This record gives sequence, structure tokens and C-alpha cells, in this order.
Amino acid sequence: MTLQEVKLNTRAIIKELKVQGSIRRRLLDLGILPNTVIEPVHTSPSGYMRAYFIKGTLIALRDSESSEIIVEQRG
Amino acid sequence: MFSKLMAVNEQLNEAYLNENKGYTIALIGNPNVGKSTVFNALTGMHQHTGNWPGKTVALARGSFLHHQKSHEMIDLPGTYSLLAHSREEEVTRDYICFSPCDVCVVVCDSTCLERNLNLVLQTLEITDKVVVCANLCDEANKKNIIIHKEKLEQALGVEVVLMSARSAVGLDELKEAVMRCGVKQGEMHRSPVVYPSMIEEAITHISKVIQKKQLQERFIAIKLLEGNQQFYQCVKNKEAVQTIVQQEIKQLKDCGAYDRLEDSIVGAINQKALHIANDCITYQQTDYYEKDRKIDRIVTHKVWGILLMIALLGLIFWITISAANVPSELLADGFHIFEGKLNTWFHEIGMNETVRAILMDGVYKTSAWVISVMLPPMAIFFPLFTILEDFGYLPRVAFNLDGYFRKAKACGKQALTMSMGFGCNAVGVSGCRIIDSPRERLIAILTNNFVPCNGRYPTLIAIITMFFAGMLAAPWSGIVSALLLTGTILLGIILTFWVSRLLSMTLLKGVPSAFTLELPPYRKPQFAKVIVRSIFDRTLFVLGRAISVAIPAGALIWLFANITIQDQTLLVIISDFLDPFARQLGLDGVILLAFILGFPANEIVVPIIIMAYMSSSYMMEMDNLTALKDLLVSNGWTWVTAVCTMLFSLIHFPCATTLWTIKKETGSWKWTALSFVIPTAVGMSICFLISHIAGLFM
Repeated sequence: MTLQEVKLNTRAIIKELKVQGSIRRRLLDLGILPNTVIEPVHTSPSGYMRAYFIKGTLIALRDSESSEIIVEQRG
Repeated sequence: MFSKLMAVNEQLNEAYLNENKGYTIALIGNPNVGKSTVFNALTGMHQHTGNWPGKTVALARGSFLHHQKSHEMIDLPGTYSLLAHSREEEVTRDYICFSPCDVCVVVCDSTCLERNLNLVLQTLEITDKVVVCANLCDEANKKNIIIHKEKLEQALGVEVVLMSARSAVGLDELKEAVMRCGVKQGEMHRSPVVYPSMIEEAITHISKVIQKKQLQERFIAIKLLEGNQQFYQCVKNKEAVQTIVQQEIKQLKDCGAYDRLEDSIVGAINQKALHIANDCITYQQTDYYEKDRKIDRIVTHKVWGILLMIALLGLIFWITISAANVPSELLADGFHIFEGKLNTWFHEIGMNETVRAILMDGVYKTSAWVISVMLPPMAIFFPLFTILEDFGYLPRVAFNLDGYFRKAKACGKQALTMSMGFGCNAVGVSGCRIIDSPRERLIAILTNNFVPCNGRYPTLIAIITMFFAGMLAAPWSGIVSALLLTGTILLGIILTFWVSRLLSMTLLKGVPSAFTLELPPYRKPQFAKVIVRSIFDRTLFVLGRAISVAIPAGALIWLFANITIQDQTLLVIISDFLDPFARQLGLDGVILLAFILGFPANEIVVPIIIMAYMSSSYMMEMDNLTALKDLLVSNGWTWVTAVCTMLFSLIHFPCATTLWTIKKETGSWKWTALSFVIPTAVGMSICFLISHIAGLFM
């Protein structure tokens, strides 16, 4: 499944980044890379952006990016 | 205080005279870890700080005295890594690699040290002369995060200083650690990041061939393997190295390991950071972020989030307007009394009447207006806004407004640069560097002027009070003024969305690019510091600029009003010339002239209007808003004139400073011209429509 599909307040483990180019590097810099636990915690009022909790920080991503991140759900 | 400053100054001078030059120290760190705060705490300088990533967009230099030596500090832009993906990262990496910096201080956020360790590990690949500064450890304490300093030092092989720069905790320790690091000789015993075996083999092969000029073989080898040509300048035997690098790259490609080279490298660094973090950090409380989450649930709520934003904006305006009233009047009264005394004195000493008139009726009156009308609202607005900024609210605004910017095919971070525009559009424009995509950055630059800067609030507030809220009883007049002002600002924000969208569909076509937005942890604002700093650094700075423009403008407008050609003053000639066109916009010649003369600084638009009207109607007393309204009405102002003047003040060409900044940031006259033309055209169209529609009913 993709990160975009993970329900709010549910943890998932990143498996693969399908995004390319500079945003891929930016995600890697922020610690969004395979085998990391990530958890969506807030949705923007517009509904197209969510804030994710990862490594003690909150990072917001638009759905266009989170739908390109493959994850595996964890209880 | 002053004598102490003088003493420090003397000490500094002495240090320079003795040529006791100390170390050059570079400060690096992830965005928003408090680098600027550390910098300020060490140097005693006052770089603007705030709780959102990307505050420092340019290098700042400062120095501090320690043991009679003057050490130079360089505050580098915040970066997440040194892999040089963006301009800021390249600046930072090149600085560390190629500039003669003696010590590199890596500032980290103790509340999320694991991620920050990536940068520490990358820096350690370049140099040993590193001190790790774990900043914000007071916040970490609050969250019950315990950092085991000795273990961490062992794992990294360099000194670690636990610090809270905001309250100057650990400052001396940091200075001492930097001094020890500066004298440190030879290479440290530390374990580098270990990459997957195939990459390690390639690194070893290349390292063996390299005859280095500078830096370490291992680091040069990694960079060359990544395909970074720049690093050939670090080796003496370029040809030989080129051959082996190409061989190794080919070998990696053959076994399919080269495509994901970057992932492997970043992955290995992250893995090591994770191991160190697991060993050296204890989280005693797993729900340490629960409080932030609760706040965020309200702040980013689908309904309440947006309402709260508008309410906060309105509240800030209401406090500003109601609290600024009394000091404004007091200042105006004071200036008025002083004016009388000065005039009497000038008469007594027999000063030339023309000179007196230029000084008093021109320069003095304009400056007095600028100070009495601008100083109180700014001294209230800036600190209030800074408190919100300090708290960490602005990135949430960007999170909430992202949908609108997404529709406009613009970057969500534009909300941040827009918010900066509330203080000063020039600052907002240079802040647009936080937007990576050039297309989206241009959109943000071109539309920044649609939110009014602090120089324009006094005009808006004065007109609202005179024409729409002044007649109401005490509590209501303030509330209605705040509501109307909020409405005006919201119109500016809506226009920002529309014009951004229009640009995306025409001149700056394209699809929205990907970006990440960090929502930093909430921090308790430092009220006292915020108030002092925002008054001294921002308010007085903006006021100083306004006065330095008001003085020549006051003299100029007096000359315009008193030099006559064929029995008509220059002012009448110019304003009569502009009048027919200005009438079409619901303004008059004087108002339009005031906006044109106000090009260097928007603050002086209203005083120019007053000066111009007064010189023709010989009404010399102007100590309160009621008298001002009478003056305006007697010069033909109606509520339509008031509305159109407000709208034109909100939507017209940027001031000279902002345009100059736009030229500097875009490097193009075309975009600078467009940023002048677009808001002017939009403003004129809106004023034209309103005045003509209103004309139908009157």
C-alpha cells in the first residue's frame, strides 16, 4: 500500500520510495527512507496534505508525494 | 549599559590592534535548530530568529572575544545534509570543504537528535575539527529525553556540548570546547560510516590512487564516485584518479549497484545515526509529543483551523488598534506643543521665514505624523506577530492554506513568505528563497506585495477610523476597525491566490512541484526577549527608514506647494495634471501624487496628502483624526474616495526597497517590471470598477 492510504494515527514502515529527482533526495535527508517507521497524524483542512510523524519530527507532504511512497502497515 | 558596551568595544578594538586573531568558526545545522540563537548568544548580535525553518537565508558574520582573542563566526544557512542538493547546501558544503575554517560547530536539536546526527556524520567525513552543540536541551528535558553526553562523545569521537542558547546555558562550555577543538592536532580515532561492501571496495581503490592537496582521501573518493567533478581540484594526479574512478563506476554499474548509490550512501549514514541514537538517547516518556498533537488537532482542524487563523489575525489588529490610540494621541500632542515652542524660538532668533517654513511646515510636520501614527502600532504589532512566530504557528498556517496554494499551482510554503510580507514586503521577497522550484518562487515574489506591510497599516487604520468606525462608541469603534482591517487583509490574501493562479495559467505555466514542509515543535515564546528585540531591531529600523524618507519628502512637498509658476503652485499644476486620470480611479490628483511620492516608503502617503491639502486650504492645526477628516471632506473626500484610497494602498506598486530586492533576487528587469505592473494594474482596475459602480448610485 502507499503512504497516502495509511489511516491517521496508524504506524507504517517505509518500504520503497518511488519518487525521483530532488524531492527524493529531500525525503532521504529528512529521514524518510526504507525501514523507517512513519505515522500520519494530521490532515490539512484542504484534505490534500498530511502531516507525518517521523523520527521525532512532523513533516507535511502533499498526496502527490505520499502516493509514491510504498509502505507496509504495522499494528 | 552604555559604558559596558563601550568597554566591550574597546576590548574588541584592542584585540584587533594586537592582531590576536583567533579562530574562524563555522556554524552549521539543520534548519530551525536555533543556529541563529547560538550565533546571537555568542556574538551578542541580533539576527532575527523565529520558530520556522529557513529563517537564515544568507551568511551572517560576527565575532566574539574569548581569552583576549577575537574569533570570527560564520552562520551558514540551515541544511539537512551536505550532499549538496540545493543552493544553500552547496554554499554550506563548499564553505566547510574549501574555506579556511578552523572549527565547525554543528548545532543540533536535542529533541530530534537522531535526524540531526545525519548532518554530524556527514560533517565528520569532511573534517575532524567539529564540536557538536546539542541545542534546545531545555526542551528535551521537558520531554524527558535524556542525552548521554559521554557515550555520544565516544560514538562520534568529538566533543558534545549540551546547550540551551535561549537561556545562555552551556555558552561558556561551548566556547571552551571550540578552543580545545581549535588546538587539536592529528586525526581522531573514530569509526567512520561504513557503506555496503561493494562501495567500500571502490572507495578503498580510489583512495589508494589519490595524492591529495586538501581534504581526506576517503571523502574525496566518495564525492568523485558520486560523480562530483568539482572535487578533482583536491587531487594532484587528476588523470590517474579519473581513470580509476571511471573503472570503479563501471564495475558498480555492471553489478547494478550504481543506480542506487545515493540511496546506499544515505541509508548507511541514517543507519549509523539510528545506532548512535539508540545507544546514547533515552526516551523516558513515549508520548512526549502528545501535547503538541493536541494543539495541532485544534490548530489544523478542518473548520476551526481556518477560523482560528482569521480570529488571531483580527485579535492582533484589535489589540494593535485599541492600544495604539492613546500613545498616538499623546505623541501627537507632544509634537504639537513642541512645534509651537520651536516656532516661537525660530522667530526670536530671527530665522529666515522660508527656511523656517521648510523645516517646520514641511519636514517637522511630516516626520511628526510618521512617528506619532506609525510608532505605536508598530511597537505593538511587531511583538505580537513575533510571539506567534516564536511559538511555531506560521508553519501551521502554511499547512492549513496549502489547499489554496495547491489550487493556484503554487508552493504551500508561499504562506510563510506571505506572512513575512505582513512585516515588510522586502523581507518577504528575500524569504522566497525557501521555495525550491524557480517557477513557484517567482509566483511568490510577484504576489508578495498583495499583503500590506507595516508601512501601509497606518494609512488603512487612519482611513477606517475616520470614515467607518470613528463615530461609534468606544469598544465598538476598535472592534469594527479591526474587523474592517481584517477584511481588507483577507481581500489581499484572496488576491494573492487569484493572481498566483493567473500567473500559473499564463506567464508561469507549470505543474506544482513536490516540497516538504516541516512543522516544528511548539516552543514557549520568550515574551520579554521578543518584545525588546522586535522593538529595537524591527520597529526602530522600519521607523528610521520611514523618517529618513519623510525628511526630504516633507521638504520637497513644501517646495511643491510654495513654488509658483504663473500664479499656480507646482503642487496644483502636478495634481491638476494627474486629477482627470485619478478621478477615474475614485481618487484625486493629490492622492495619486502622494502614492507616487510615497514610492520610497509607503508610510509617508498620508502625511503628503495632509501637507498638500493644508497648503492650499491654509488649515494649519492638525492634531487629531476628527480635524483630519474635516480637512479631507472639505477637499472633496466621500466614502468612495476613502474606499478607493484604502484599496489602492493595499494594491499598488511595491516600494522602492521591495523592488530593489526583487531585482536582486530574480536578477531580471523583466520580472522586476512585472512585479511593478501587475499589482498596479489590478489595483487600478478594482478602484476604477468601484468608483464607477458607486457613481451609479450617487
